[in-house]
Amino acid sequence: MSTVFIALQANEETRPIIDAIEIDNPQAVVNRQPAMVKIDAPGRLVVRRETIEAQLGRAYDLQELQINLITLSGNVDEDEDTLTLSWNE
Amino acid sequence: MAVTSLKEYIGVARDRVENYGGKQIVYLSWDHHLLFAAPLMLCLPPATPFGEVLRGPLAALLQADPDAAALDWNEVEWLKDNQPFVPDPSLSLAGNGIGHKDQLRFRTPGRNTLLAAA
Amino acid sequence: MDMKATKKKLGMKERYRILTRDLGWEPGYQSKKAIFPYVEYEGIKVHDWDKWEDPFRLTMDAYWKYQAEKERKFYAIIDAHAQNNGHLNLTDARYLSALKIFLQAISPGEYAAHKGFARIGREFPGVGTQVACQMQAIDEIRHAQTQIHAMSNYNRYYDGFHAFADARDRIWYTSVARSFFDDAMSAGPFEFMIAIGFSFEYVLTNLLFVPFMSGAAYNGDMATVTFGFSAQSDEARHMTLGLECIKFMLEQDPDNLPIVQGWIDKWFWRGFRVLGLVSTMMDYMLPKRVMSWREAWEIYGVENGGALFRDLARYGIRPPKGWDDAEQAIDHMSHQFMLGLYQWSFGTAFHSWIPSDDDMAWLSAKYPDTFDRYYRPRWAHIKKLKAAGTPFKNYGLARLCQCCQLPCVFTEPGDPTLTCHRETVYKGEKYQFCSDGCKDIFEHEPEKYIQAWLPMPALFSELGGDVAAWMDWVSLRDGADNGDYDGSRDQRHFDEWRGLATSNL
Repeated sequence: MSTVFIALQANEETRPIIDAIEIDNPQAVVNRQPAMVKIDAPGRLVVRRETIEAQLGRAYDLQELQINLITLSGNVDEDEDTLTLSWNE
Repeated sequence: MAVTSLKEYIGVARDRVENYGGKQIVYLSWDHHLLFAAPLMLCLPPATPFGEVLRGPLAALLQADPDAAALDWNEVEWLKDNQPFVPDPSLSLAGNGIGHKDQLRFRTPGRNTLLAAA
Repeated sequence: MDMKATKKKLGMKERYRILTRDLGWEPGYQSKKAIFPYVEYEGIKVHDWDKWEDPFRLTMDAYWKYQAEKERKFYAIIDAHAQNNGHLNLTDARYLSALKIFLQAISPGEYAAHKGFARIGREFPGVGTQVACQMQAIDEIRHAQTQIHAMSNYNRYYDGFHAFADARDRIWYTSVARSFFDDAMSAGPFEFMIAIGFSFEYVLTNLLFVPFMSGAAYNGDMATVTFGFSAQSDEARHMTLGLECIKFMLEQDPDNLPIVQGWIDKWFWRGFRVLGLVSTMMDYMLPKRVMSWREAWEIYGVENGGALFRDLARYGIRPPKGWDDAEQAIDHMSHQFMLGLYQWSFGTAFHSWIPSDDDMAWLSAKYPDTFDRYYRPRWAHIKKLKAAGTPFKNYGLARLCQCCQLPCVFTEPGDPTLTCHRETVYKGEKYQFCSDGCKDIFEHEPEKYIQAWLPMPALFSELGGDVAAWMDWVSLRDGADNGDYDGSRDQRHFDEWRGLATSNL
């Protein structure tokens, strides 16, 4: 199965986001590299607003991800509640 | 179609020989001798005798290769247009049919000091 | 009937529809053809522009908000860098060669991309596409500006930064990147989108920005990490635009498939060549290395590119034609480039050097099948020449490829001991190439590439072969900007200033 990934800057803002992604995607593998964190998942990865808010302790607009996003891979689908990356095979 | 365009489109070749003030470009390279990272470019009058190119500018450029000292031009195999070619050192570039931007290659089978493993 | 309570907030999809689709209107007194004259001649058929949608659904108001936030973060760090001797926190000043290449060749590419997206944002009829292209045009000019601004801090202390604009226009190696963007910009809007939006951004840009910027962090270059990641945060949107546009073209009409495939073949190869120098930056120019070019290729080329083309297979797309040749070149290209850069360093506005014994041990571990066999013997000989007081300088200028404009440093597929020779004759003129990929591109559109301004031949046609006059013309200061790092002013200054910064003498 093809890998999808999302890479975020390693900073204070992204720590709870990365935790939330790990909670929602038990199959994801988190790679910590200098100044960045790359999260790989087989086939599909979901980022959920509610889980981020629970980790962050405040309201969160998923589009805020744009600020700390480094790169991603896979077809993107986004609405208010989720950002999904997937490959069709 | 020579280019995808709205209407007919004709380009102008930039490196035509008339832009070189009576000289021409010749490319030379020594097969399996990659100390020289790319084929060498010389700009010379077409009337230059081929032997003079070998003894003069080419010999100066090749000096850095450990095989250069033992290079015997009488034993070298030549290619032009990637085909076997027998140049006459007493004739000029033009006399040997070596045109503008032609690539000449030469081979020295058995001499490959910097390619010990090959 | 009760008044319906107004919805407090529009949903993302609704907001996106209002702020994009509602910007489009049917023209009254001009035909669509007159307004969008470039949208048909490439042969791409589009039946319904509304089918194209930005999956991030980013609207202009949100765009400005987030971009402003990125700029604030960027300048906070740039200020900190300038205030805290950031120029001395590098692992080693050799690292700066990578930055000089970036500034001379890549930042101007960002500006070219800006011009291109501004143009195609006007040329595409679809409103969603127009908005996304407009955002990308603004992003790209921001990237050019923030990169130049960040690197200007180094210009106060080191050589090779002072005349990047002259280098961009005139020095030989920058013509590679320049011709790449000129090629894309002189194509139609759809080809431009495949060239930059898809092949460059989606397939290749990760190789440039991600491991390289991570490498900048590793080497203590806070300024570059910052502009790199600030630019890269836009890149996810650009990549998504590129991928969505290609899917859109393929879904609109089956006749589009062969045209799109031809562009993927062409632009993968052109992109692979233009980004080739990144291999050298990663394997040789970072004093402290995060991963090898080979390792980066495994992640971002093989794994990610493989996933992408498996996904697009449902439309009939196959991997680019040059993919296998590229795969073969991965274990060779960084060495081939660095050997070239070293022997031509009299003509570069950055330094190169002979790798140390430690560097060579690392290279041989990372390239077990190629480095010791093919490249170590050449470095060893070059080292010997230097020790003997006759450092190797190759004054035989290089044959350049008529298409990618790189020196023909590449070897024959299947034989790493032999230079790849390819040539063709068009209208009585002979043209030389570095590879089958570049020759194929030329032969498809020869009228375009016969016009190439090749810097090496131009040294003879325009300056009569006078290298000193050429150096003046490109603003290269002989003995300062160029040559071996060992013994350079950059090396001397860095060691001296770092000593001052860490002691009280």
